Amino acid sequence: MAEEAKNNGGTDAVVAAQGHSSVEAAAGTAVIASDAVQNPGLPPHRKRVTDLDPKKEKRAERTVYTLFYISIAGSLGAVLAYMFFPIETGEMLAIRLHTMFVGLGMALALLAVGVGAVHWGKAIMADHESIDVRHPVPSDEPTREAAAEVFRLADEESGFSRRSLVRNSLIGALIAFPLPGITLLRGLAPQDRDPVQLLKHTMWDKGVRLARDPSGVPIKASEVTIGSAFHVIPETLNHEDFHNLSLDERGGSETLLDAKAKAIVLLMRLDQSELKELPERKNWSYDGIIAYSKVCTHVGCPVALYEQHTHHLLCPCHQSQFDVSEHAKVVFGPAKRPLPQLPITVDDEGYLVAQSDFHEPVGPSFWERLK
Amino acid sequence: MARAKKNVRKSGRRHPLATAALVAVGLLVTGAAYTGFSQTSATAEIDLESPATIEAGEKLFGANCATCHGANAQGTEDGPSLIGAGAASVNFQVGTGRMPLAFQGPQGMVKPQQFTEEQTLQMAAYVASLAPGPALPDSRYIQADSDDEGIARGGQLFRINCAMCHNVAAAGGALTQGKFAPKLTGVPATHIYEAMVTGPQNMPVFSDANISPQEKADIISYLKYIENQPAVGGLTLGSIGPVAEGLFIWVIGLGAIVGLTVWVTAKSN
Repeated sequence: MAEEAKNNGGTDAVVAAQGHSSVEAAAGTAVIASDAVQNPGLPPHRKRVTDLDPKKEKRAERTVYTLFYISIAGSLGAVLAYMFFPIETGEMLAIRLHTMFVGLGMALALLAVGVGAVHWGKAIMADHESIDVRHPVPSDEPTREAAAEVFRLADEESGFSRRSLVRNSLIGALIAFPLPGITLLRGLAPQDRDPVQLLKHTMWDKGVRLARDPSGVPIKASEVTIGSAFHVIPETLNHEDFHNLSLDERGGSETLLDAKAKAIVLLMRLDQSELKELPERKNWSYDGIIAYSKVCTHVGCPVALYEQHTHHLLCPCHQSQFDVSEHAKVVFGPAKRPLPQLPITVDDEGYLVAQSDFHEPVGPSFWERLK
Repeated sequence: MARAKKNVRKSGRRHPLATAALVAVGLLVTGAAYTGFSQTSATAEIDLESPATIEAGEKLFGANCATCHGANAQGTEDGPSLIGAGAASVNFQVGTGRMPLAFQGPQGMVKPQQFTEEQTLQMAAYVASLAPGPALPDSRYIQADSDDEGIARGGQLFRINCAMCHNVAAAGGALTQGKFAPKLTGVPATHIYEAMVTGPQNMPVFSDANISPQEKADIISYLKYIENQPAVGGLTLGSIGPVAEGLFIWVIGLGAIVGLTVWVTAKSN
């Protein structure tokens, strides 16, 4: 069978002229059915009920002008709503009622006009069916030749092709024109400072106390109970102290919010038996208290959904998960590297202090390659 | 009252008003005692220190909790040790119906309470007697009565410490592997306070050293404030953000547009 089909080379096409059952065609032979769907053409014109029944037409007419009257009522209603639901009281509920009723009135006004107009067109306006035959897209030959002639003449009279110096200097001028606009974009990036350095350095430094966000009250190691989570900022990150700091002490950031965006830290205390620390980071924690940057290494969302029992930190933006009991390694999600750890210790008054800045740039992994 | 009695006695017990005074005193004392008695039974004000309460709690514990938490609350493979868990923890877990667990799952679920308030407090007293732990909140801090400044401060603390899990509108949110942060609307102030102090299940602990009792009261006031605020935007769709809102606009909004388009192009009958 297969061989036969092969021999035929697929060129055999049997037209099933005598009906399906009477033809014995070899398997694999294309059969062109004689009962293929014919172009049915346009269906006969069907009259609408409004064409046949004058009562129905009257009713459609009534519907249309009623809709237009409803629209007028909606517009006036919006004006009345503006008057009778004022927002001067300052109450939140007043704003809601005001917005709702003014909006409803205007929506009704527009919707009723639209629905009425469409209904008018569909049910009452004359109902003819006609065919618009498509015309070819290109213009006819004489028009095209006339257009080409215009261009040829313009070129000849202006000397665009002939005077190449004029032409080329014009092209040059047009190319140069957008340059100032592109140059202005430079103003969006930090001026005179290396963005890599800006992201590498934060306000954390040797001896900077860890303080609560937003009060700025420094945290004593003894206050951090097991299972606790503290949201931490550097002690000097407040409006009074910040402006007295040098740019270097601010981690290179000019504004308080820029500095805060880089320096936010989450402080947690785990049972020390559950903490698996890297040998080189053994002295980065204090009595089970660990501090990690709160900026996700994926695209920089604040990672702060801390689960006390699993020790997982979840980033709410793209579901990256970090295991804080194991140097914040990534256990799930799109983040590519662990959260940077802030080395901490205590000062002689018992307050938690940073040992140094972060040892790597905080934030998205993009910057890692610039280390 | 004592002076009145003295006067009565001095002027003579046979004074015509003596009987009336005696009846009045008797009524007052009975009334006061009855009022006091009915108040204690209404709020189940039981003495958590008394040996009788602790003993009653121990019995309840042995019958209902010891299977998982161990006969002496020392913990087993199925449940953590409760030594040092404190009364607040028991009142939260049992008072919200989370404990006893219906089944081992990602996290304990709120369900109808299995114990009366009195029984809950008896068990709390027993657990508190084992080792010091977070106590029941002082009634001062669960009134949700902070002034505007306190509410604003509470809101700031809520946004920094709580909102990332519990949603900025306190509507709750998802965590990992089936766990979730529950919504905080409709939760009694006592339970909110106890949850902050004890850090139930996967919630971190927010001890009094981290967030002071007054700050906790401010957070509770803020939560009750936003709960009682009318939604300015109208329908909140659960306040859970883009998922619910997106679903609404894709299904209802786009559905309406598709419907209108079909109507506009359909031939009139």
